[in-house]
Amino acid sequence: MPVSFTNSRLIHEALKACGVRVISALPETWLVHLIRFAEDDPATTLVRLAKEEEGVGVSAGAHLAGVKSAMLMQNHGFLASINGIVSCAQLYRIPLLMLISHRGWFGEKDPWQTEGGLVTESLLDALRIPRQPLTAPDHVARRIAEAQTLAYSASRPVALLLGRELMWEDA
Amino acid sequence: MKRLDALRAVYPQLEQRIVVTIMGAVAAELQSLGHRPNFFYLQHAMGLASSLGLGIALSRPELPVVVLDGDGSLLMNLGGLTTLARYRPRNLVHVVFDNESLLSVGGFPTATSTGSDLAGIAAAAGVPRTATVRTLDEFTAALGEAFAAGDLTTLVAKVEAVGPAAFVTDLSLLENRYQFQRFLRDKKGSAS
Repeated sequence: MPVSFTNSRLIHEALKACGVRVISALPETWLVHLIRFAEDDPATTLVRLAKEEEGVGVSAGAHLAGVKSAMLMQNHGFLASINGIVSCAQLYRIPLLMLISHRGWFGEKDPWQTEGGLVTESLLDALRIPRQPLTAPDHVARRIAEAQTLAYSASRPVALLLGRELMWEDA
Repeated sequence: MKRLDALRAVYPQLEQRIVVTIMGAVAAELQSLGHRPNFFYLQHAMGLASSLGLGIALSRPELPVVVLDGDGSLLMNLGGLTTLARYRPRNLVHVVFDNESLLSVGGFPTATSTGSDLAGIAAAAGVPRTATVRTLDEFTAALGEAFAAGDLTTLVAKVEAVGPAAFVTDLSLLENRYQFQRFLRDKKGSAS
């Protein structure tokens, strides 16, 4: 599978370096290694979800209980989470660190991903969720750390868009 | 059984625990009995109270957590029952007040009014302890057993479709949120 093992490892290590202990996720191709790392690493607890919106509640609970968390989701999972993001995380000023695979964008071969790819960035902007792409190994650690810093200082959700250049080696 | 009477009957036990409620009547009625810094009212995001309770229970396994859910909210996050069951937090008791309606928005009937069985759904999802109760005595006994059992429980309490005259209280959402977070930060060890 041409999902980048090396770059997935970089992302996982960067999350751990930021003190992330709870990682919620729903499987998606680009996230396979990240989910396995989260499960196998004794330093992180993986919460497998039935639907991504649950992850907003899990992260909110973890935050109120003093534990740092991150959410791994496909952009369609972000679309499925919007009410939770608005009426839990934004309403209650919860810092959410969302790592969203930006499927359906340039290079996408799966026709069913393409509508979601078109609206992801504009929906994040409409929700006033600050976003930054993760597209190269050399900025992964810094951008994850800075995203978490902003999430906490602003007490708001922030998004990192995982790009094809970073996650897929067969492009 | 009226939900307010049920809450009143178990209030002394709730006082000792981390409590997360859904919006609307449940939140307003619990506040009417006396707000505590260990009570958090999720005043929107229907369905996510149980997920938020799971996040607390997994993060702080030493603290007993109670989620006060409702049929309308739980029906919006039935998948969350499978997640609860999967992680089976032993410190979480999930109470569902089932009045078979969406009371705060006009009383329209939910699917539990036509036979959907939330305790049955929870059991089929893998929640190890489930029950449906219909009287105040059954409720207090079943909740006491759930607290004593030390395992994940979904307790469905059938209640009348009546609620308070108003749902907005003078407790601001963010005041509640920060007070609750501070309580959890300062809380050490078991609250039971």
